[in-house]
Amino acid sequence: MNPVTLLVSILLVLLLAASATIGLMQRKSEKDLGELRSRITSWWIMAAIFLSLVLSGKPGAILLFAIVSYLAVKEYFTMIPIRRVDRRIIFWAYLSIFPQFWWAYVEWYEMFIIWIPVYTFLLLPFRQVLTGETKGFLESTGRVQWGLMLFVFSISHLAFLYILPPIEGIGGVEMLLYLVVLTELNDIYQYIFGKRFGKRKIVPKVSPNKTVEGFTGALVATTATAVVLKFLTPFTMPESVMAGLLVSSAGFIGDVVVSMVKRDVGIKDSGTLIPGHGGILDRIDSLTYTAPLFFHFVYYLYY
Amino acid sequence: MWMKRLFFMLIVRPLLLLVSGIRADGLRNLPKDGPAILVANHNSHLDTLAIMSLFPVSLLPKIRPVAARDYFFGSPLRRFVSEKLIGIIPLDRRGIQKSGKTHPLQPMLDALDRGEILIIFPEGSRGEPGKMKPFKSGFAHLAKMRPDVPVVPVKIGGTDRSLPKEEALWVPFILDIDIATPYHYGNDIRDFTQIIERCFHADR
Repeated sequence: MNPVTLLVSILLVLLLAASATIGLMQRKSEKDLGELRSRITSWWIMAAIFLSLVLSGKPGAILLFAIVSYLAVKEYFTMIPIRRVDRRIIFWAYLSIFPQFWWAYVEWYEMFIIWIPVYTFLLLPFRQVLTGETKGFLESTGRVQWGLMLFVFSISHLAFLYILPPIEGIGGVEMLLYLVVLTELNDIYQYIFGKRFGKRKIVPKVSPNKTVEGFTGALVATTATAVVLKFLTPFTMPESVMAGLLVSSAGFIGDVVVSMVKRDVGIKDSGTLIPGHGGILDRIDSLTYTAPLFFHFVYYLYY
Repeated sequence: MWMKRLFFMLIVRPLLLLVSGIRADGLRNLPKDGPAILVANHNSHLDTLAIMSLFPVSLLPKIRPVAARDYFFGSPLRRFVSEKLIGIIPLDRRGIQKSGKTHPLQPMLDALDRGEILIIFPEGSRGEPGKMKPFKSGFAHLAKMRPDVPVVPVKIGGTDRSLPKEEALWVPFILDIDIATPYHYGNDIRDFTQIIERCFHADR
């Protein structure tokens, strides 16, 4: 069976199982499980949009990543404090998104990898100079550049992973699906293990829901899943174990780093775009860490 | 009217709902049909467009923002946009002294009697970004004369970042719109103005 067809079938079974379980739970329990139900409905919709665009071919897939990146950085810019003159800097920050994904589309790696960390990094302070507002320069430039790094640069690694040429018949599409499915499952494992066995909090000040038990359970479960889904990659057995450990721990860090931002500005959810999940930042927080790290893991090993 | 619908379907709604994004709270409080008076705070030209884009396109012809005649009908281009694309009801800021014969609120009363939905900004102008000015009582006078018409407070945020006064560059930020439950006129213009104004200062 084709690896992509196999994965899509597995996801379909998982989603059906989730919907069936929630249906049974609702019948037995008095509590209203509306929140959990809308979360699963959103999973269906996200999976449908994600899979149909990623499998539609290169333009559709890269457009999807660019839009996700835009929506995420927009949520970020909406929640941070800004000065009046920062509107212009943020406008330029938005303009850097399209080229970043274009470099991935035309497979220009050297440009892709320095566009935001070098060129945009050097351009934004210059635009600040033109505004002439010296007070708050460092904070503002730092905030905007940091948002671009995390929500545009990091996320754009999905696009470059996608266009990587095939090895032994396994291409970027399969590895992209591998990364995204592992990252999202890791989030779900952390939630489930945390709910079921969670006692000792890991980072109580940043994210009170994160527990040692949730993290460890997810580490084991994600690594096991990484081995099971090995058919989507050219990995050997030890490599897939390493990929699992990497995605699980990096996903955790991405999640708590974005929580840190929300704590700093005093917001719980970054938005209301995805019913039951919050904003798009709440859904892709783990990916901001797993995407670049997994990409360079693969790139180092195989390219 | 077809121009207004096309303008909103092809330009305003895609830009505000997709590119900028609106987080709306209390959508169920939005009137399903007129007559009604929406009272909103005012920071930006986007306020009117954002509120209007929450309504179904079929209801758009009935939505009538009230705005200053001297500015919005000040040039042929502005007049075209205000009249044909947005459907503004012009208000004479100098009011009674100038027009003399008819009551300055008469065009709004007529609109309510036709079953239309008014959008009123009682601060009078966009003012300083993010700061509220004291409310004027025009909407309360309307509510007194048409006591059956519901008055809906609509609190809007984020437009002062997206497109502040005296700026021409539009930068996408997510807009927040909070629609409160409707009020009806009590027995005093001053009291009613204050009750509505308080909705805008309370945290949600």
